[in-house]
Amino acid sequence: MRKTVIYSIQSPYRKPLEITGFRFGQGEKALCVVGAMRGNEVQQMYVCAQLVNRLKELEREGCIAEGNEIMIIPCVNYYSMNIGKRFWTMDNTDINRMFPGYDLGETTQRIADGLFKGIQGYKYGVQLASFYQQGDFLPHVKLMETGFTDHTDMLDFGLPYAFVREPRPYDTTTLNYNWQIWGTKAFSLYTNATDDFDERSARVAVDAILRFCVKKGLIRTKLTGGYVTEIIDEERLVQIHSSCAGICRSRVRTGDEIRSGDLLCEIIDPLEGDIISKIYSPVNGIVFFRYNRPLEFEKSVLYKIIKI
Amino acid sequence: MMTVIASAGLAVNERVEIRRNRIKGSAKGTAEKKRVCIVTGTHGDELEGQYVCAETARILSENLDKLCGTVDIYPALNPLGMDSITRGIPLFDLDMNRIFPGTADGTMAEALAADIIKDISGADICIDIHSSNIYLKEIPQIRINEISAEELVPYAKMLNCDFIWIHSSATVLESTLAYSLNVTGTKTLVVEMGVGMRITSEYCRQLTAGIFNLLKNLGMWTGDTEEVREPIVSGERAVDFVNSGADGIFVPCVEHWVDIKKGEHIGDVIDPATGKLSEYVTAPCSGKIFTLREYPIVYGGSLIARILGGDDNA
Ligand SMILES: [Zn+2]
Repeated sequence: MRKTVIYSIQSPYRKPLEITGFRFGQGEKALCVVGAMRGNEVQQMYVCAQLVNRLKELEREGCIAEGNEIMIIPCVNYYSMNIGKRFWTMDNTDINRMFPGYDLGETTQRIADGLFKGIQGYKYGVQLASFYQQGDFLPHVKLMETGFTDHTDMLDFGLPYAFVREPRPYDTTTLNYNWQIWGTKAFSLYTNATDDFDERSARVAVDAILRFCVKKGLIRTKLTGGYVTEIIDEERLVQIHSSCAGICRSRVRTGDEIRSGDLLCEIIDPLEGDIISKIYSPVNGIVFFRYNRPLEFEKSVLYKIIKI
Repeated sequence: MMTVIASAGLAVNERVEIRRNRIKGSAKGTAEKKRVCIVTGTHGDELEGQYVCAETARILSENLDKLCGTVDIYPALNPLGMDSITRGIPLFDLDMNRIFPGTADGTMAEALAADIIKDISGADICIDIHSSNIYLKEIPQIRINEISAEELVPYAKMLNCDFIWIHSSATVLESTLAYSLNVTGTKTLVVEMGVGMRITSEYCRQLTAGIFNLLKNLGMWTGDTEEVREPIVSGERAVDFVNSGADGIFVPCVEHWVDIKKGEHIGDVIDPATGKLSEYVTAPCSGKIFTLREYPIVYGGSLIARILGGDDNA
């Protein structure tokens, strides 16, 4: 393993921010994995750390294939993580909205530029991504459709679900999109939990990335399990919004198979305790996403269901 | 008349309400059907628009006989942000000016956005007042997308601002309130002035005078107006950005909106602990500084100034 600083930037009041990468194997740039770009992406960092740990072990056992390099960057924005902020410490901008970056631009554009220069040229790229919405969901891999990356490559992660997303205007400044424009086949991996970490779901993500490495001939190891991935059009996801605000008492969990008409949750009046609304599933399907905070607003997205 | 034009239930015992103060004039004339909207408070840390709304409302309501038509004032599109000094919508980590035109069957923020658009749509002119952010101070200016420049510049010139910045359409964000209204036929002018979390009363009075001048030009105001200034239009002139090359504290040595020559001193970035000079910041071109850093702490890359190049730079 070789530990290198990919990019660093000076702060007037802190030690320089040093974005650190861990490289395994030597030769062609085969795979790069990027973890936390936002300060709350603890799970994403944890998955990468576990990956570094496993790869160290595999390297000791001589199981990294010759002529290939794998690089893992567990945490880009630890400045924000260390002070409990989600976006950039100083100006609250999101590094994952600054790609491909600009070396003469604003601070986070410079960070994106420095990082991007260090992670270009890899054949495959995986970003441990997080959602804007607060909730539990089933682990999955997502491909931003640019025409560059084969959909079937997603199957090699062996996760239950894979999604293809048509890029919207604001997606064009993300790492995933720009990686593909610059010739890296890029995937976003989503695991449960962000601010906290969820050991089981982290394990699923680590195994998925290692499985991908095995399938692409980058490492040699035995892995059990893995799913036959179903590639799902985002249109098959049915969103369930809350009809009113209150305390949400959920009756289902992610992964549950439900029938049309099944009770999903009750909304409780937060001061008087009455059930003020009951929400039923309009379709047969699998609960893919579940809002997981107790308080919810009118029109919050409470569930996403994969229609079957 | 105060009306709630959009609302949604919050978790505990409260609703978020977006309010509109409709001021109808009693003067008779051809402009009776006309409507001008003054909108602000999309970003909860931008306050200059509050005083402009207040002054406009005060003068109008004291002089209803001189107003022909309707002026709608929306002082806070993001009331929860305003109430908590939060730039975005609290809890959503979302910039409200990135969700327009919204959708009625979307999330809370998207549904509020859709209601706002619906309410403003059809106005003769909408003025969307912003005040930069806490980092940068802006000279009163109107920002216009080049695709709607021909239509909007004549109205922008009425608003008593110092500068009209016509953006290339490549850099325009499609999910802003102004873009969404302009593409659907409601002429919307974006004002940027002053600095976040402050009221610069001089600028506020300047824009208020501009609003009354616009109303007069639309045939909606028969009261007094001041003579308005002739703004500089960016047109072919280049806009240069000055980003800090070092980290530290920035101390300016120029005034805002002054003429500056290429190579002239704008300010220093210094190390607060040692006093050592980290960067001697100079102007990359001759022109006028229309954006100047207000917040002293800088990282490498922090914007220090924007300069409107002179004709010789064109
Ligand atoms: Zn603003």
